Parts: sequence; C-alpha cells; structure tokens
Amino acid sequence: MNKVYNNRAWWLILPMLLLVAFSAVIPLMTVVNYSVQDVFDANTRFFTGTEWFKEMLNDPALQAAVLRQFAFSLTILAIEVPLGIGIALIMPKKGWQASAALILVTMPLLIPWNVVGSIWQIFTRGDIGLMGWSLRELGYGYNITSNPVDAWATIILMDVWHWTSLIALLCYSGLRSIPDAYYQAARIDRASKWAVFRYIQLPKLTNVLVIGVLLRFMHSFMIYAEPFVLTGGGPGSSTTFLSQSLTTMAIGQQDLGPSAAFSLIYFLIILLVTWVFYTAIMNMQKDNNKGA
Amino acid sequence: MSASSSPKTPEEVRQRAAVADNRRRRKARSAPRQWRRRGLMAAYIVFVLLPVYWLLNMSFQSNNEILGGLTLWPENFTVEHYAKILTNSSWYMGYINSITYVLMNMLISIVVALPAAYAFSRYQFIGDKHLFFWLLTNLMAPPAVFLLPYFQLYYTVGLFDTHVAVALAHCLFNIPLAVWILEGFMSGVPKEIDETAFIDGYSFPRFFVKIFIPMISSGIGVTLFFLFMFSWVELLLASTLTSTGAQPIASVMTQTKGASGIDWGTLAAAGTLTILPGIVVVYFVRNHIAKGFALGRT
Repeated sequence: MNKVYNNRAWWLILPMLLLVAFSAVIPLMTVVNYSVQDVFDANTRFFTGTEWFKEMLNDPALQAAVLRQFAFSLTILAIEVPLGIGIALIMPKKGWQASAALILVTMPLLIPWNVVGSIWQIFTRGDIGLMGWSLRELGYGYNITSNPVDAWATIILMDVWHWTSLIALLCYSGLRSIPDAYYQAARIDRASKWAVFRYIQLPKLTNVLVIGVLLRFMHSFMIYAEPFVLTGGGPGSSTTFLSQSLTTMAIGQQDLGPSAAFSLIYFLIILLVTWVFYTAIMNMQKDNNKGA
Repeated sequence: MSASSSPKTPEEVRQRAAVADNRRRRKARSAPRQWRRRGLMAAYIVFVLLPVYWLLNMSFQSNNEILGGLTLWPENFTVEHYAKILTNSSWYMGYINSITYVLMNMLISIVVALPAAYAFSRYQFIGDKHLFFWLLTNLMAPPAVFLLPYFQLYYTVGLFDTHVAVALAHCLFNIPLAVWILEGFMSGVPKEIDETAFIDGYSFPRFFVKIFIPMISSGIGVTLFFLFMFSWVELLLASTLTSTGAQPIASVMTQTKGASGIDWGTLAAAGTLTILPGIVVVYFVRNHIAKGFALGRT
C-alpha cells in the first residue's frame, strides 16, 4: 500500500508512546543505571563502569544457562514447528468437529503458566501422577527430581503440549486462506499430495510460520513459571533457564549491579535474534509486494 | 445446469456417469486415509486432554484418596475443594483480582493501540520503521528483566498492590502486540475507503468510530483474544506487583503448600477453575480464530 507522508501521524501514536515509555523506558533506564554502579544502600553507591558486565560474561554458571537456553529453544522449535504444521493439515475443516477441535486445541494456550507447571507436576509424579506412575509400572525408573534426562524430557514434553497449538492454529488459519481453485488446478495436474503441500500449502504458510517461530522463540527464551513449578530448576541446575537465574539473582540475592548487567546482556541476545527475524520478515514482504 | 434436472443428450448422460464414477472411486480410495487422519487427530487431542483430565480427576478426590493410591477416576466423588475455594474470600478474590486487571489491561491496550496501528498502516513519518521495531522489542523483553525496576517504580508512584499497577505493567507486551496485530488487519482495508469517507465530509474521529472500526471488528476480536490470553497467563509480574489487595489467583495458589505438604486436591481444583475463563473466551471467538489467527498476514 502506498502510504502518505504525514508527520501529524505522530499525534495518533502519542498516547501509546507515553504508556509504553512509562512501562518500558523508565524501568530500562533504571536497569542501565544499576548495571554501572555498586549499590550498598539508598545513599552509598559507586560507579563501576563495565565491571559487572565483564564479571557476568565470564561467569561459568551463566554461560551454562545461556547454552541450556539455546538448546531448549532450538529443541522445542524443531519439534513444535513440524508437529504444528502436521496438526494443522489434519484438523477437521467444517462442522461441529471443526469447532470442537479448535476449542480443544486452543485450550492449553489459555492456562496460566504456573498452572501448566502444576498440571504437569501432578501428572508426572511417581506416586500420584498418571504418567509418572505408568512409566514406573512399565519398569522405567522415571524420576524428574533426580534424573536430569527425565527432567529435560518432561519439560520439553510439557512445552510441546503447551505451545504446539499456537503453531497449529496459525498454520490452520493460513491454510484456510488458500482458494479452492488452487487445489482444483493441482487435481487437474494430478499433483501428488507431497507436491500439493510443497508447492501450494507451504508457500502460503511462510508468513504465518515466521510469526509462529518468532513468538515461540521469544517465549521459550523467557520461560520461567513452568519449569520453576515443575522442577524448580533442578536436579542441580540442569533445568535452570535464564529467567530463573536472573530472578534468583535479583530478588533472592539482591545483587542489583550484577543482575542488572545480566538483564541487559539477556535482553541484547533476544534483541539480536529478533532483529535477524524482523529483517527477514521485512525482506519477505518486499518480495511479496514485488511479486504481486 | 442443476444436478436435479434430468440429462437431455447422450453426451450429458455419459458425462454424469463419469463424474459419479470418479467420485465413488475417490471416496473408496480416500476412506482409509480419512480414518488415519481422524486417528492422528484423536491421538493429539487425547495428548492435550490427558493432563487436564488428570487435574480434573484429582480435583474431585479427597486428599486421602489422592495420596492413598492411584485411581483412574474419583471413587468417592467430592466437591469439598471447590466448596473451599468458592466460600473463602482469600481464594475467590484471587479470581476476581485476576479478571479485573485483565479487563483493565484489555481496555487500555485496545484504546491506545487502535489509533497507533492506524497511523502505522496509513502514514509514513519520521522514524516510523524504527519506532515499530522498538515496539516489537518490548514484546521480546523478558519480564524477569523488569521485575525489580517495576517494583520500585510502582512503589514510588503509590500504585503498588493495585489492579492498575498490573494492568499497566502488562501493557509492556500487550500494547505492542495489539499494535502489531491490528496493523496487519488495517492494512487489509483498502485506503480508498478512508478517502471516500473524507470526501463525504466525515471528520477523522467520526470516520474512525463509525466506519473503520466496524470494518475491522473481527480483527479487534482476535486482538482482544490475544490480549486476554497473554495478560491472563502471565504470573511473574502480576505476583511481584501485588501483595494482598490485588493478588492474582496464580499467586494465591502457592498457599496450597502448607506445613503438612501440598494440598493436592485444592491445588487441582484451583487449577481447574483457572482453565474455565479461557474456554469461555475461546468458545466466543471460535469462528474468528480460523481466519483471524493468521493476524491478517496471509
């Protein structure tokens, strides 16, 4: 669409800008402020420059948390994206089944995150949980509080349960926007099912998939409540992700300087990845416009 | 040519027969495939429902039954946990608090996001692209980063432990989200509509409320759904910014950890009750989800 150049549009944006600035810029400035100082109490503080940043970047525990975080985010993306596309393809398209499937598939998205943790905590306990109990009856010594592999597998399963729906719904609504004529043309050409998917459905899904991957990456990178409730970050620190490390440091230990520096590094990592995605989206839209 | 009219020429008869034959053949071939499809879908739904069923199952059992041994359904059906939650004000106020700040947040977010999204979809202005990216970065900001500054900020301005504090804090990610989604829907409305309205003598506010908003109503519905979703499920900020006056249900639930261990039954009942508002909301928007979930970007 050709947009009109008009700087008065700023007036329309102003209320939004003030509100977001209040809840984003002021707090962020506070964080920046803390990150370069050593705060003892309200009146005693020293300027430390980049010391906290150096300390945080060299902290092995945090480096491990960053790696764990990337491993987690990439794993769940690798599982949820293909699975979500698959679900979208087999979801019923009309009638009461379509409504029922939509409601049931959407349900996990609307459960508060700590309740998701509680649900899985109850579900996987060895004594009272269906999954934990069944696995033990089958002879596998399933225990998420002592075995890191079990804890990881459970958290990934929980995230797949929780968020695959998002990808599935995005793809489902992407698929619904494909005109019937495309499928008819494919039938005339005797296109195989795979060819229909590869050349008709997948190209239509690229846009929604970018949104889906972006949202999933962001949220998995900030994951806090679910693993906190389910495993408490354990066993040891094998499922302690970045948000939890940060919260422990900032609220639990009250280390304002280091945790502020850590916050900024954390934020910058997300920003960098997002910027790559954003540029990709923008370029794609440009290509689409050229094609149309 | 309608399907009910009888064929008139031999050619037509042959054509009809071929079509019917084709249809029959396709049906026969795709029947097993249909069933495989349904089977897979059913398997996924079972996977989604099983943990929720388990929660429901526990919420109707007494704590003795829960800890006594594994039972696949409540053998001594009881609603004691629900009764406890619905009669104790410290419990049910948690739900009221949560719903209050979610509704406030939805209202604030949509009111400021509508004009902003319109500006982004219709006009070019100095710094528009950078501003849009900056907005998106707020969507990415981990709440954990803002925990401490928020606490101090809202404490200083005297909003600590109020619904407004949580509603404003959730604006951090909900306003950018709303602008992003609405911008997609608004860009789908041809600009000629605006121009025609202005030529017809509509003032901007009147055009916006009378013509434009009704045109993107399904987009607004989807946006509200997302706003509800992200404000309802967030816990970290909501529980940090409140103590007793506006405590969300999610942090009331931590009460179930008592001296004698976790009160599983009450935890399960409280969890079940947090799922219900979501189901109600989905039920209302179910017809928009199919089209609107792609956020106007297909």
